[in-house]
Amino acid sequence: MWIYEKKLQYPAKVGKADLKMAKYLITQYGGPDGELSAALRYLNQRYSMPTNVTKAICNDIGTEEMAHLEIIATLVYKLTKDATAEEMKKADLGGHYADHDNALFYVDATGNPWTATYIQAKGDPVADLHEDMAAEEKARATYQWLIDLTDDPDLKDTLNFLRVREIVHFQRFGEALNLVQEHQNSKHHF
Amino acid sequence: MQRDQLEMLKQIQALQFTAVDFNLYLDTHPSDQRALADYANTVREMEQLKTVYTRNYGPLLPTDNLCEPCWRWIEEPWPWEIEY
Repeated sequence: MWIYEKKLQYPAKVGKADLKMAKYLITQYGGPDGELSAALRYLNQRYSMPTNVTKAICNDIGTEEMAHLEIIATLVYKLTKDATAEEMKKADLGGHYADHDNALFYVDATGNPWTATYIQAKGDPVADLHEDMAAEEKARATYQWLIDLTDDPDLKDTLNFLRVREIVHFQRFGEALNLVQEHQNSKHHF
Repeated sequence: MQRDQLEMLKQIQALQFTAVDFNLYLDTHPSDQRALADYANTVREMEQLKTVYTRNYGPLLPTDNLCEPCWRWIEEPWPWEIEY
């Protein structure tokens, strides 16, 4: 189970409303390498992980990704707060406005809805952990491109926090992969 | 949100983050005694601060809403509404 605590993992701040940036940033909400994909991928892979370490790492990183999803949602909420239909249209968000008004939705930067085809569960821990490591690197790169797209120092600060977490997660998945490979190799010595 | 409350909330966020980072490290280094000790100290400090915070400003968890004349859980701002 999960228990909700009424606070963010990191104080997510934006300097000013910026609809164009919200349109790009939403990809980390519902895009291929976003936080929803990450959380659902790892939390679902837990069940076929073979060792204590790999079950824990998928569970605990998956849980942290839920907190990151909330940070992204907060940033998008703040970037789009009080935007009018006309402003949304000018920022190329007219289509979003037609379907969702100012509500958040799980889409990528070009408006494609989130799909389970972004993620996989192979049932093979070596294959799954490699996917997880690649996912962390793709998310890290996305955060870098998003940092390049804004000149808002407050937004850059929060995005940089998230970028660095991807590096830490990559490291932990890599350690879990090494341990599970050692575990598999040890089973084959009779 | 008043400045004092916000500063304490940020301190709690920092301690909770430290705990999460130790948690992930310990998942792959479960015998690291120094990390275990640092984790325990971080969690103790965080729990003490949360007790003070919830007594002064309201619940962080629904289960913090004890000995209150009302259900304060729905009154305090939601995370996305706070200006940091």
